[in-house]
Amino acid sequence: MFPAGPARRLLQRFAHSISGALPRPQPAKEDPRPKEELRYVRLPKDFQLHLLPQMTGPDLIVPLSKVDALRYYRQMVALRSLETAAANLYKERFIRGFCHLYSGQEACAVGIRAAMGEQDKLISGYRIHGWAYMMGVSAQGVLAELTGRSTGCSGGKGGSMHMYGKNFFGGTGIVGDQVPLGAGLAFAGKYLKDGSVALALYGDGAANQGQIAETFNMAQLWQLPLVFVCENNNYGMGTSSKRSSSNDKYFKRGDLLPGIRVDGQDVLAVKSATKFAIQHARDKGPLIVELETYRYGGHSMSDPGTSYRTREEVQRIRAERDPIKIFQTLCFQHALISQDELMELNNQVKAEIKAATKAAILDGEPSLPDLWSDVYSGPYEGPLRGAIGDDLEHLRLPKKSTN
Amino acid sequence: MMLRSRLTQAAQAAQRAFSTSPKAMAAKQMTVRDALNSALDEELARDDRVFLLGEEVAQYDGAYKVSRGLWKKYGDKRIIDTPITEMGFAGIATGAAMAGLRPVCEFMTFNFAMQAIDHIINSAAKTFYMSAGAVNVPIVFRGPNGAASGVAAQHSQCFAAWYAHCPGLKVISPYDTEDARGLLKAAIRDPDPVVFLENELMYGTAFPVDDTITDKDFVVPIGKAKIMRPGKDITIVAHSKAVETSLLAAAELAKKGIEAEVINLRSIRPLDTATIFASVKKTHHLITVENGWPQHGVGAEICARIMEDQTFFELDAPVWRCAGVDVPMPYAKTLEAHALPRVPDLVEAALKVLGGKAGKAAAAAK
Repeated sequence: MFPAGPARRLLQRFAHSISGALPRPQPAKEDPRPKEELRYVRLPKDFQLHLLPQMTGPDLIVPLSKVDALRYYRQMVALRSLETAAANLYKERFIRGFCHLYSGQEACAVGIRAAMGEQDKLISGYRIHGWAYMMGVSAQGVLAELTGRSTGCSGGKGGSMHMYGKNFFGGTGIVGDQVPLGAGLAFAGKYLKDGSVALALYGDGAANQGQIAETFNMAQLWQLPLVFVCENNNYGMGTSSKRSSSNDKYFKRGDLLPGIRVDGQDVLAVKSATKFAIQHARDKGPLIVELETYRYGGHSMSDPGTSYRTREEVQRIRAERDPIKIFQTLCFQHALISQDELMELNNQVKAEIKAATKAAILDGEPSLPDLWSDVYSGPYEGPLRGAIGDDLEHLRLPKKSTN
Repeated sequence: MMLRSRLTQAAQAAQRAFSTSPKAMAAKQMTVRDALNSALDEELARDDRVFLLGEEVAQYDGAYKVSRGLWKKYGDKRIIDTPITEMGFAGIATGAAMAGLRPVCEFMTFNFAMQAIDHIINSAAKTFYMSAGAVNVPIVFRGPNGAASGVAAQHSQCFAAWYAHCPGLKVISPYDTEDARGLLKAAIRDPDPVVFLENELMYGTAFPVDDTITDKDFVVPIGKAKIMRPGKDITIVAHSKAVETSLLAAAELAKKGIEAEVINLRSIRPLDTATIFASVKKTHHLITVENGWPQHGVGAEICARIMEDQTFFELDAPVWRCAGVDVPMPYAKTLEAHALPRVPDLVEAALKVLGGKAGKAAAAAK
């Protein structure tokens, strides 16, 4: 729908004057598919740049193909449905302990994933059901892990906060831990010269952890190929960012690190920013991407999420800034998705999550010997103690290690 | 005659522990520091994925010179000076291990590792289990542990019991050159997180070495204790520098006609109970020695293990613990000396445990 040739470049330049973005390669070179399938979308909201020269920064005009549009939409709907299923399973008492839902933040995961290369690595905190799904774990793998079944992606031994996949390193339940760990993933990429970039995701609550400041320093000092991603959903548990952070411009918190603030409810903006950030991390060094997002639910299932914010606020965001609605509207505007296709995708997702939910309920619990398996990856020179004696021989289950 | 031979043994033990003079010993000598240095050097050469990071490990040559010369040999990529930021660099090292590297993470002392203990336990020790065997963490956390000399409470603490408490970790506490070399090499090759507790006061101590110990493929198996001195009357179990105290005490006991068997634990987790049990079956008496605090300590664990085993019925007397005094470490020299179990303490404990048998042994020796 966007004009081609000189007119497009002119418009792009105009866009840059607002945003500070540099001219980009011709979209046709990026995407070999026929031009008529591509739309060029001007992102509605400019990026805020920190310590990045004017005229640089992520693309404000981004290509969108029909295939990608369908994929992003489907993924966001799947993440939403996955969490709805998790909430229901929790209420039905199939899920124990913690259960932190991602609903409202879907554009962050889908946008970041869309920009990641196959070799890039990612680690996040405790709100990761959606991330496990995005990194290749099936809906059943996620939900069965939540219900503590042997078919769960961590064999029922990790639960809500400890899911892993190819190039996905969890899943940490200690706020802030994932950031130096993510820097370690980046360190390994640089050490092995494999061209990979690591992304370390944390929230506005974690942003005040000392170890993140430590990691900012070392990442910059050692020029690690690392993208710090602050998913700012406005609340660290029940404490708003205004009440927790003297500087709530999280993209400016990295001292010498450049930063970008992004509309985290706009999947295309997240993708554009992440694409830029990965390239920057690989070529020029680490930086911070702050995604302004929102969680609809409480901090976890045990938090109704209403004592520290108003119901009106949640309703307003749901009405005005819902990532799925925003993207759906955009796709309709650009005639990328028809109503029928949308219905078809919704039905597909519904069936997928329904089957996964059913399996998560019906699948068996881990076998008892799983209890004393996989404490060590190598041999353990001695018994493990059971409840009343040194009577357990450590077991290794037949599963491939990543190393 | 018996007494004379025991006195000779005692003298040898004392010499082995204290002499740094090359002419005192005909055999080839190597300090614990050089043992650690050569072990690091060889493992760095053996596996490209191995790297060393920590405070002052590179250009400064190591705060205690354990990494001397390695930066010059291996360069910036593999010998990495970190800022003073334990939690951060321990986390980075752990993340690098998750991604397939084999970091050796040096803490200038384990006292400072308190700032990083979250990553040692929560990130390194638990991930393999939490991921049901998907992500292993081959990392070594190493550095001096336990009381040094004249550095007061915050710098004089043994963490053996702390780390040994945690499944997912292996915990090593070497005593001499052989231990340091063989166990550090084993730790670096191990696919799981290992906490390697050195002792600053032992770094400069030289021990005789043979060609086996200096061989580049010399590895001491993790989880196996070593009998340092055989004996039939009482077992003394110790780790790290307390092995030295135990050997000296055994020499004192020998003067009284008591043959003490000294066991060097080497590994705190896994704990080689088989060697302890076998010894107790022979001696029927046991004292444990550690420089850490007594409550929930290594000795306490050994007591518990024996009570739960048939070995309990082999005991002729209660097991006795010799441990660091239950106070933060004081600075003043005399107080400091009395804050750790000394040779007379061990002798007293042994005599107490042996009871009437000690007198009989002494009479027999005369």
